[in-house]
Amino acid sequence: MTTTHEPVNFPFTPDYDRLNPSPQTIGTGDGEPLVRVRLPYGGEGWLARRYEDVKVVLADPRFSRAVAFGKDVPRATSYISDQPGILDMDPPDHTRLRRLAAKAFTARRVELLKPRTQEIIDGLLDKMTAAGPPADLMDSVSWPLPITVICELLGVPVEDRAKFRAWTDASLSITAYTLEEIMDARQSLREYMAGLIAERRREPADDLLTGLVKARDEEDRLSEQEMVQFAVGLLIAGHETTANQFGNFMYTLLTHPDQLAALRADPGLVDAAVEEMMRYTPLGGASSGFPRFATEDLELGGVLVREGEAVFVDITAANRDPRVFDRPEELDITRESNPHIGFGHGAHHCLGAQLARMELRLALSTVLRRFPDLSFAVAEAQISWKRGRFIRGLETFPVTWSEVRV
Amino acid sequence: MSDTQWRLEVDRHTCISSGMCSGIAPDHFELEGDGSHPLADVVDQNEAVIDAAESCPVEAIKVFNAASGELVSPVD
Repeated sequence: MTTTHEPVNFPFTPDYDRLNPSPQTIGTGDGEPLVRVRLPYGGEGWLARRYEDVKVVLADPRFSRAVAFGKDVPRATSYISDQPGILDMDPPDHTRLRRLAAKAFTARRVELLKPRTQEIIDGLLDKMTAAGPPADLMDSVSWPLPITVICELLGVPVEDRAKFRAWTDASLSITAYTLEEIMDARQSLREYMAGLIAERRREPADDLLTGLVKARDEEDRLSEQEMVQFAVGLLIAGHETTANQFGNFMYTLLTHPDQLAALRADPGLVDAAVEEMMRYTPLGGASSGFPRFATEDLELGGVLVREGEAVFVDITAANRDPRVFDRPEELDITRESNPHIGFGHGAHHCLGAQLARMELRLALSTVLRRFPDLSFAVAEAQISWKRGRFIRGLETFPVTWSEVRV
Repeated sequence: MSDTQWRLEVDRHTCISSGMCSGIAPDHFELEGDGSHPLADVVDQNEAVIDAAESCPVEAIKVFNAASGELVSPVD
């Protein structure tokens, strides 16, 4: 019930390298228990990297997010957030909010959004084709697709995207912006959303924002602060993740030509390919993720975790745990058993998972079908990655092609 | 069985093992190798069970009135 090492600095490196997982292997082997880690701010905690341990931390109600909110806990950011979002809550508060939006994101409801999503993708690719090569795939598809989808679902004017993208980028920064810029961006997002909410109060519409307003004004199911923060969270989570992951997935395919060829040869593999890339592609950037806090003394991975201690999780390592995945370091889009936790696990399992899956599947299928020889327009080494952000992603993704299909 | 009790069903073919139900209603659902299952099929009325059914991303959980068989959740 003890660890054998001194605390290790975490995150392991100041920033990430492309889509490579950290080369640090501590805590992934059989004999190694949890890793004792020291964070840039707030002291020490534990890090779980093995699949089973990570799932326990994410789903076991003895671990809490809410108890640590607003406190000087171990963390990668200099600041302490003062505006709780849904990820800072535990059931039943968390679930009270989540239920208000959950229906809009079920597999059944997402299925109904497919025709419109396909139309959006087709329109974006028409534009890309008309302009001719080369193109920036991030600007042409990755960003506008999820932004348009979430804007229409929420009721946020898509014309405002330049504004809220800049605020989102700053608010999901670790070191890319100054503390003042980060705080200003977060405040701007809240004010922007409060403005849209005020409009819905005057003029209800058929969208999720109106649904939240009704839940607040007619049923008193959430506070004003909760409503604004939840709406901001839905807007951010609804585009930043999918946008970056689409770029990351296309990059993964272009750098794994055998897998790309297999998917082109059998487009029916796209569902499995998306799951495999969710497993294989790390989403977390320079962040330490969202730790959970033990609400009592408990044992995890053979280690005694004391009440109040922070436990971080390494989802990337868990998704490559050889106890669960055969040939874990290999990208294999034909993998049959793939219980990855790329969308998380437990109460905070990604609310938009089914929507993200649908967007990613349709976008991948359509891009590969219409551009049969899509390739990097510059040497891979010249492609720039964003730095100092919560989420990994390409700054730009220059692509070229010589053939287009309708 | 009475009017005040509910019957729980989890469709294992639909379940994607998100861990949502066991995370928000750990007294009622448990994850096993092939997905979630209710710890007890018939329970006293409890909001946590509705939370789980309404939050399941694939609507694999159904809550019925134990006596009448009427669907309690999820409903549109």
